Amino acid sequence: MATSSQSQFYANLKKYYTFYTGGFITFVIIVGILEQLGVPTKVLGYIFLFATILLYAGIGFMSKTAEVAEYYVAGRRVPALFNGMATGADWMSAASFIGMAGTLYHMGFDGLAFVMGWTGGYCLVALFLAPYLRKFGQFTIPDFLGARYGGNIPRFVGIIVAITCSFTYVIAQIYGVGIITSRFTGLEFGIGVFVGLAGILVCSFLGGMKAVTWTQVAQYIILIVAYMIPVVWLSVKHTGIPIPQISAYTSALPKVTAMEKEFNDKATPKGAKEDSVRQIFRDKAAAADAQLKALETGGANYLAEEKAKLTAKVAELKGAAAPNVKAVEAAEKAVKDFPADPAAAKKAWTAAQKAATAKTAAVKAHAQPFPGKDEAAQSKSRKNFLALILCLMVGTAALPHILMRYYTTPSVKEARISVGWSLFFIFLLYFTAPALAILVKYEVYSNVIGSQFASLPGWVANWAAVDKTLMSVTDFNGDGIVQLAELTIGGDLIVLATPEIAGLPYVISGLVAAGGLAAALSTADGLLLTIANALSHDLYYKMIDPNAPTVRRIAVSKGLLLVVAFIAAYVTSLKPGNILFLVGAAFSLAASGFFPALVAGVFWKRANKWGAIIGMSSGLFICGYYMYLTYPFFGVNAPLWWDITPISSGIFGIPAGFIGVIVGSLITAPPSKEVQELVDHVRYPNLVGDIDTSGR
Amino acid sequence: MQLTEKHKEYWQRNLKLTGVMFALWFVFTFVTGWFSRELNEISFIGPLGFWFAAQGSLAIYVAIIVYYARTMNRLDDEYGVQEVEE
Repeated sequence: MATSSQSQFYANLKKYYTFYTGGFITFVIIVGILEQLGVPTKVLGYIFLFATILLYAGIGFMSKTAEVAEYYVAGRRVPALFNGMATGADWMSAASFIGMAGTLYHMGFDGLAFVMGWTGGYCLVALFLAPYLRKFGQFTIPDFLGARYGGNIPRFVGIIVAITCSFTYVIAQIYGVGIITSRFTGLEFGIGVFVGLAGILVCSFLGGMKAVTWTQVAQYIILIVAYMIPVVWLSVKHTGIPIPQISAYTSALPKVTAMEKEFNDKATPKGAKEDSVRQIFRDKAAAADAQLKALETGGANYLAEEKAKLTAKVAELKGAAAPNVKAVEAAEKAVKDFPADPAAAKKAWTAAQKAATAKTAAVKAHAQPFPGKDEAAQSKSRKNFLALILCLMVGTAALPHILMRYYTTPSVKEARISVGWSLFFIFLLYFTAPALAILVKYEVYSNVIGSQFASLPGWVANWAAVDKTLMSVTDFNGDGIVQLAELTIGGDLIVLATPEIAGLPYVISGLVAAGGLAAALSTADGLLLTIANALSHDLYYKMIDPNAPTVRRIAVSKGLLLVVAFIAAYVTSLKPGNILFLVGAAFSLAASGFFPALVAGVFWKRANKWGAIIGMSSGLFICGYYMYLTYPFFGVNAPLWWDITPISSGIFGIPAGFIGVIVGSLITAPPSKEVQELVDHVRYPNLVGDIDTSGR
Repeated sequence: MQLTEKHKEYWQRNLKLTGVMFALWFVFTFVTGWFSRELNEISFIGPLGFWFAAQGSLAIYVAIIVYYARTMNRLDDEYGVQEVEE
């Protein structure tokens, strides 16, 4: 009976989402027509923002539920294909959608660590976790730890790890939502955060996992369409080939490489101009250096002298027969901005020295792996590249909001296939991002560099007017022509400006914004739900009140969802800063805390309660301790261990976790017969006389 | 519940398959990653080292998962441990 209704359900889903995709494309076309009719772009931005949020709200409303299995695991009837799309949206965050191509633009080959790290982890999910968790088939990841290792302590440590990494990660998402809404509607960042929050809550509040799943499928479709259209168009424009993943490498990359060589060669006209700009920055760096040295010997006296000189200059300019207003203003500003005390001066001049030095560097070769000035620097760069990949991959296979998705498929077989679909849908975006980075670089090198300041390409002028952190050009050497060293591009610009670079109408920019919003909202939804479930299901229902009736369990979960969402939005509105720091921390923490105990739970029968407790806490502790020692944020700045950068802290936490599980298990008694039977239970999709853990 | 020889064989075959897939994953992540500079000397849709990190390894990951899923789903039936349709 269930089989036929499940296949009917699948057929209906395909029909609905085909209609939906058609409807969405029609909507984009209508907005495009509105644009041609002269509707202002700001209005178009609002239309996109509110139409898509309304759409998600509609899906959320239609999926409202009061049933436990539907609320926590979408009724366990999500077909592999759709679970794959939902996982794709759940997975790809604002950082993937908007930030990834920019990271690749700036870092070249080394940025590919993110591309590999955020895809290869699914192999670990498929091989070591997804089918077994599905067979176990309860509601959360701490559920598995609680059942497998017995008792509340492993479950509690699991709750701590789940909340720590999900909360760190959700801040990064809400931050992305705030940036997108404020950029495309002109709302203030803080207000943008709360508008976005409304969008997040309408999906998850009424229908839990069920609503989140069906919204995420809708969001995946929007985000992939929004990503592909401009890139394909740009590829056609530059190379005449509509497959950017090929054209970028065969046609654009060789030209980019040739131009990089030209920019770095002082003998060529362009290289000479580049060098003249770099010379200006070398002088600036040297001047800042000299100031710093003088400050060290002269201290406060030197500072007072310098300030007196500037003040005297103002007086002199003012006293001239015909005072030059601009020059006076500039001199007054210099006095006003002059650092008040030696500490402030040291900080300001060190920053100036660093910024100028960065601009003196030669152009990085895009396709060159592990650049470095000597063999030692190169091997350090290679080591960190591989360490980062490992941390991101293992982290992927340990983030609870992703693992939770494999509880929602109808069977173990579907769970296995579903991981394949998930990675396929993620792959579509991730193998396009490196191509986009190269295509934009080609555009910048060939059309922006060498253009006249008086007639900059339209998109450059537009973005420079909108946001200086995303795009700024200054004619340092005064030749009226743009050199690469005179151009500063923010990473987020690459994706945001692609429609304009490709010469597409504003409607496509709106579409890209909607895609970025979909990416951020879908990830935030999954994360918030994970946190609320860890608190309501694992902490409240399993540990505090196991007799709580269904209605109260769901009510508590919804209440907590609201509370967590508002705390997260509040923390975000304080702008805690560096997104990459938060994301990197979340992955390393999840990798060190969860992965060893989860994998040992399936593959090693001897693993027991104390092994899990010691493994999870030592992994978490070592990883957290290294972060505390090395992240500049904490201000300790201890020397690095084996030159590993703090973003890869998990490289120490993961082995610590495994050693903890092994040692802890071996020095205590083996687990009981029931637990060993549970392990057999998860290993075989079906056993005669099997125990039942489905929690139905 | 007693596991039969057949059950044990199923698990052994699963472990073997998992091991082979894991090794492939390792090779196309860390071995190709380690030798990226050397691979870049070869040209294949751009420099080969770059191509692996940007596309090749990713496609292999998808293939690893799909192959594993299909083989295991077949093994389930072969060893009679497939789920009962409800």
